[in-house]
Order: sequence, then structure tokens, then C-alpha cells
Amino acid sequence: MNGTINLTLKVWRQPGPGQKGKFEIYQAKDINIHMSFLEMLDVVNEELILSGKDPIAFDHDCREGICGMCGAVVNGKAHGPKKGTTLCQLHMRHFRDGDTIVIEPFRSKAFPIIRDLVVDRSAFDEIIIAGGYISVNTGSAPDANSIPVPPQNAELAMDAAACIGCGACVAQCPNGSAMLFVASKVSHLALLPQGRPEAAKRVLSMTGRMKELGFGNCGNERECEAVCPKQISISHIARLNREFLKAGLFSRET
Amino acid sequence: MNWFIIFITSSVGKKLVMAFTGLCFVLFIIVHLFGNLTIFLGKESFLSYVEDLHRSHKYLIPLAEVFLLIFGLLHIVFGLVLYIQNLKARPISYNLRKNAGGRTVGSGTMPYTGLFLLIFISLHLVRFRFVEKITQNDFTILINTFNNLGYVIFYILAMVALGLHLSHGIWSSFQTFGVNHPKYNGLIEKGGILLSILFAVGFASIPIYIFTKLS
Ligand code: HEM
Ligand code: FES
Repeated sequence: MNGTINLTLKVWRQPGPGQKGKFEIYQAKDINIHMSFLEMLDVVNEELILSGKDPIAFDHDCREGICGMCGAVVNGKAHGPKKGTTLCQLHMRHFRDGDTIVIEPFRSKAFPIIRDLVVDRSAFDEIIIAGGYISVNTGSAPDANSIPVPPQNAELAMDAAACIGCGACVAQCPNGSAMLFVASKVSHLALLPQGRPEAAKRVLSMTGRMKELGFGNCGNERECEAVCPKQISISHIARLNREFLKAGLFSRET
Repeated sequence: MNWFIIFITSSVGKKLVMAFTGLCFVLFIIVHLFGNLTIFLGKESFLSYVEDLHRSHKYLIPLAEVFLLIFGLLHIVFGLVLYIQNLKARPISYNLRKNAGGRTVGSGTMPYTGLFLLIFISLHLVRFRFVEKITQNDFTILINTFNNLGYVIFYILAMVALGLHLSHGIWSSFQTFGVNHPKYNGLIEKGGILLSILFAVGFASIPIYIFTKLS
């Protein structure tokens, strides 16, 4: 299939943090359907720049779905209509000629808007600082291999480690909770022997930090897993819940 | 602060309280439903069930009531706190938000079906529990209540709310307790929905039966 489409964009524009924003309408003409969503925005931005207007600010880096920088709520869903993709990997062939596309930033109290579609996700770094790591040096690759890890655990840990920290889970969650993100980190490390010694402390302090930063509480709505570009399962949230119960009731940590 | 207070007031802890108290209510309404269904066996069976219940479980009933009251208050207070915190987590809502495939009618209406159940339970207790039972008995109260179409409709609506609340609540409680495994996820999800339907239909059948047959 080849061709181009014309679209109407309704984009959230906001000059700066805490400032009043509003939707602006733009026409995206002759968009090659093989372009990615971000390339389509590049085309629109070039025209905006040529006509002396401010380009639409949006985050991006790798543009190959691995860095977690890109993201916006497109037509009501984080990262747009296609399952298991980041915004940079969403191609314009998934839209039809004449479509109107509503583009909004991720909205969460813990993710303040910096400009237009760019939000500050350093709250995720704060959660990681609260315990998303192993404090001791676990050695280089050969050392790691000297600790046996059952392959099924390695697989499950890898599934959780696939999290790129994009924040789509928070954006889509009706409660603005960061549970899938926190669960990915907790689950990833709890499944590996190197992560066990600090597992109890980690789950309590990471979920505690999540709450302090203003994220909501998980309502088991399952919207996060539905938009996660890495399709991380809420079974990792269940593992976090088990770790939490164990840590809260049976460990010396509070 | 006491470790237990920190534990249950945390983000996951509050959910554990909701799930634990919620599942206790589910156990209660299973017993409650079986008892109430004796009405279909006739007036004598129903009244002798009520009498037996209070005579042979002289201590169990008040004890259960105290626990239900405490759990009820916890469920309501924690539910409201969660609701408010979750609203605050997204101060500016989306202009356009679509369901990505996870949310259900039940999960999306938990606080609202919950509040409706609160109104229902209050009226229900006033009507059937905190009422003088000297000049009237449980059977006559039942008949006098449900020959009124307004009451029947209100009860049916409340049971729809109960079914919706539990269509998400039962599965959700297991997930909150970390019970999630491919071997039995299907059973929990489908069993939860089946139970919710049975509760709603079972309880709603009583006012309908009384209105159409006994009054
Ligand atoms: C008295 C009025 C009630 C109110 C105000 C209420 C409110 C709520 C709310 C807001 C939630 C969602 C919590 C969250 O996930 O953020 C919830 C969950 C739940 N409720 Fe209720 N509810 C009420 C009555 C009931 C009754 C009568 C039952 C059972 C027969 C019940 C069973 C449950 C269960 C099992 C959950 C799931 C807990 C979880 O998600 O882990 N609730 N309730
Ligand atoms: S830009 Fe890196 S994931 Fe989209």
C-alpha cells in the first residue's frame, strides 16, 4: 500500500509549566502513510516554523521504541490506537484520510507539563532512587553466571525489565497510579537472587515514594497493561502485592 | 508510628483493607442469600429459619454484626480516601479519554455503585433490623415492604449495583492479595462474574416474588 493522507490535528499547546493551555487545530497535508507519528509531527512543525510559529514541543530520542522518551495521549489512548507500540513506532497507515486526531500530553499530578506535549517524568527517577536497584556490586558477566537462575525466572524477570519507563501506564490509569512501573522494577529484581536481600525494603520504600509523589492508587482497572508498549502484564503487580504483604507482615522493615 | 498503621494506610495497604473487608462481605452475603431464599419454601420455613438463626447462634450473630459494622466503616472510609486520592492524582482530566480495553462497567463505577450500596444498606437496616418486632414479625415486615412497587424497584436497582460492584470486586480482591496465576485466573474471573450474577438475581428474586405472588 502506498499513498498519502490528509489529517486534522487537535493539539494541546501550553507555553510553560503551570500556564494556561488550549487546543489548536492544524492541518497535516500529504502525510506519507509510512511515516511514524513523530515524523508526521516533524512535517507539521516544519510548516509551523516556516510560517513563523512555534513548533509543537514533544519528547523523543531513539525513535525505535526502546528509550521511553516519546509519548502522548492520541485519540484518548496513551501512545495511540495500536497495542504494544510507542508513539515513535506508531505508523500513519493506522489512520485514515480525513481523520481528526486529538493529541494531549500525559496528564498526572506527578508529571507536570513542561511545554505542549512534554511532561516532566523525573518522579519516576525519584521512585527508582527509593530502591529500584541493588546496592552491592554484583560483578561482571562471568560472576553473574556463577549464580544459578532458573530459566523461567530469568524469562519473567526479563519481561518485567522490558519496562522503558515511558509513563504510559500512569497516563492511561484512571487513577493516575504508577503501579505497573513500580511493579516492573520490584518484580524484575525480586525474581533474581541478587535482588532478594533487599526485596522487602525495596517494595515498601518504592510504593511509599510513589504515594508521596502524588501518584494515585491501583484500582486493578487493567488499563496500564493494555497500553504498555512492552505489554508488561499486571501479573507483575500481583507479584508486587505478594512482596508487599510479605514485607509488611513478616519482615523487619516498615 | 505503629508499623501496622503504616502498613494498612499505605497505597497497597489501603487496597488490602478494601479487599479483605470486601471478601468478608461476600462471605456474609452468601449466608444471607441462602437464609433469605427460605421464603420460597413458605412462611413457616422462613420464620422458623429466622427464629433458629437467632436462638441457636445467640453469640455468633451479635459478634458477626459487630465485625460487619467495623469492616463496613473501614470499607467506606478507605474507599472514600482512595477515591479522593485518585481524583487528586489527575487534577486536569483529558479532553478525550478512551478505554484501552482493561476497564469494565464494574471497575469504572466502583465508587458510585459503592455509594449507592451505602444508601441501600442504611435503608435496609432501618427497615429490617432496627425496627420493633413485637406487633409485627419478619414475615409481615417483608410483605408490607414489598407490596410497594417503589421498594421493589429500589431493591432491584440496588442488586444491579451489587452485581456490578462485585463483577469487578471479587476478581480485584484476589489480584490485590497477589493471587494471579495462569492456572486459575480464568476461574477467579469467570467465577467472580458468575457469583455476582447469582447474588443479583438471587436477592432481587425475593421482592419480585413477594410483589407478584404473596401480596
Ligand atoms: C457500603 C457501601 C460501599 C462502599 C461505599 C464501597 C466502596 C468501594 C470502593 C470505592 C471500592 C474500590 C476501591 C479501589 O479499588 O480503589 C470498593 C471495592 C470493593 N468492594 Fe465495596 N463498597 C461498598 C459496599 C460493598 C459491599 C456490600 C461489598 C460486598 C458484598 C463490597 C465488596 C467490595 C470488594 C470485594 C471490593 C474490591 C476490593 C479490591 O479492589 O481489592 N463493597 N468498594
Ligand atoms: S523515542 Fe525512544 S521510545 Fe519512542
